[in-house]
Amino acid sequence: MTLKLGVPSKGRLMEQTFEWFAARGLKLSRTGSDREYAGAIEGLQGMELVLLSAGEIPRELAAGRIDLGVTGTDLIREKLPTWSDKVEAIAEMGFGHADLIIAVPALWVDVDTLDDLDAAAAAFRARHGFRLRIATKYHRLVREFLRDNGVADYQLVDSQGATEGTVKNETAEAVADITSTGDTLRANHLKILSDGLILASQATLFQSKANTLRAADEKTLQAFRQMVNS
Amino acid sequence: MDRAIRLRAEALKAHFEAAGAQAIETSILQPAEVLLDLYGEDIRARAYVTQDPLRGEQMLRPDFTVPVVQMHMADGAEPARYTYAGEVFRRQEQATGRASEYVQVGYEVFDRATPAAADAEVFALISAPLAPLRLRAVMGDVGLLIAAVDGLDTTDARKQALRRHIWRPKRFRALLDRYSGTSPIPETRAALLASADPFAGAGLEIGLRSRAEIEDRIDALRADQKAAPIVARDVAQINRLLSIKGTLPHALTALTELSKDLTAIKPAVARIQERAQAMASRGINLDEIEFEAGYGRSSMEYYDGFVFGLYSDDAKLPPVATGGRYDALTRVLGQGAEIPAVGGVIRPELVIALEAKA
Repeated sequence: MTLKLGVPSKGRLMEQTFEWFAARGLKLSRTGSDREYAGAIEGLQGMELVLLSAGEIPRELAAGRIDLGVTGTDLIREKLPTWSDKVEAIAEMGFGHADLIIAVPALWVDVDTLDDLDAAAAAFRARHGFRLRIATKYHRLVREFLRDNGVADYQLVDSQGATEGTVKNETAEAVADITSTGDTLRANHLKILSDGLILASQATLFQSKANTLRAADEKTLQAFRQMVNS
Repeated sequence: MDRAIRLRAEALKAHFEAAGAQAIETSILQPAEVLLDLYGEDIRARAYVTQDPLRGEQMLRPDFTVPVVQMHMADGAEPARYTYAGEVFRRQEQATGRASEYVQVGYEVFDRATPAAADAEVFALISAPLAPLRLRAVMGDVGLLIAAVDGLDTTDARKQALRRHIWRPKRFRALLDRYSGTSPIPETRAALLASADPFAGAGLEIGLRSRAEIEDRIDALRADQKAAPIVARDVAQINRLLSIKGTLPHALTALTELSKDLTAIKPAVARIQERAQAMASRGINLDEIEFEAGYGRSSMEYYDGFVFGLYSDDAKLPPVATGGRYDALTRVLGQGAEIPAVGGVIRPELVIALEAKA
């Protein structure tokens, strides 16, 4: 048996993940052609590299099909209810920083807090006959956040991409999305609510709680954890 | 459905039929739109939502009350008493171990004659078959807080905002703190109200919420800024009201005492008094009922008067039975019509589980 480590399969996130492990004595690499999602690990026996879409890593960890995985805290929290029963965070990796925030048009000079958003939503519903729409792909996180903060009269509309554009296209009045610098929001004439930070996310190394490991794998895991936490 | 649970559900339904209720059925698939409109986005976290190509978004019924009210408002006779038994479906997003599919047996009364008697009737009929379980009965009345808010010496806009959040205690408290001057006005709002041109440097006009709507809200904020704060005495009275807790007779004494200062709650207190008398005349021991003035605020959003729950000693178990009055719901679903309505449900699988433990 081997321990399976799942890492993002492309882009900046993959490169930074490789660099992070290299700095800890584990050389990760893609093998075969550029288009083939296969990989190798040097520096520790008994481990296998699996290249996956970052969005699928939470599900694979929960199911125990990979033992370790690198993904954003935002994806873990959104996709895994009772996530702390299913995975354990081993190390925050210090890159891939992104905040899940609520943003409204910069034109809304009267709205700066959740309290304002709630009042604006009540007036919006009375005027337009439907609830103020917030576009997002993070349904669970946003809904829990707004419920905990007592915001009413809104509805979530699904947006899997180009979320910042939904307000201009009039398919939503506000957005809840991931941002790192805020540039895209500003370019789309949006501003962040001052108390609208739902979650500060970063790339994190998680361990699955789904499997009971064999003695040999358990030993590999201890060695691995020692390397990544040093 | 487990056979034992089905048999028990049928027996409870027969008990309600013997009391004069008409047995009814409702569809399991309910149009999501009605439920979303009533409960807001929160219902999505609690109900199973599914997509139908012809009928649009549908939900597996999360309770019977809404379809029963709709059915009654469409073509019900008056007065009417209904009973039903069937599964309800609740998504569980937290690992509470609570069931996501369970049976409810209900009894609902639509009757204009004497609401107090109808309240007592529902409570008595629901608690009678559960008597051997020696459950703890908790009662409240959301009408008390609604009356206290309506009676506040402040602007209509503030009362409206507070009423809107009766069922969200945290936001209700934050608003009350703001309106009474206990918490300061946020800096950004103060800056906005002080500025000569609030739109200076504002972004491009995008989206459905127009500049006129934003101006309206700024006007509303300006008007609110001029309004006198809600005085500390009134806030203290609301706090006093929400802290009232004890056996029903003790709570009634405390409520009567409080209503000498907080006169707005007098009619609500009189209704509780009347209800208590109607319960006593049905042989219910009032000393065994706990009254909590704040009960029903965080979990039962459509109840706007009498609310009750019957609990076992096991704090991990949900209430074995719950119910209350939902006059406003009939108004919302009645398209112009309305009727006083009260009802409750029993969960037979909890009854069986508790009997097995005894």
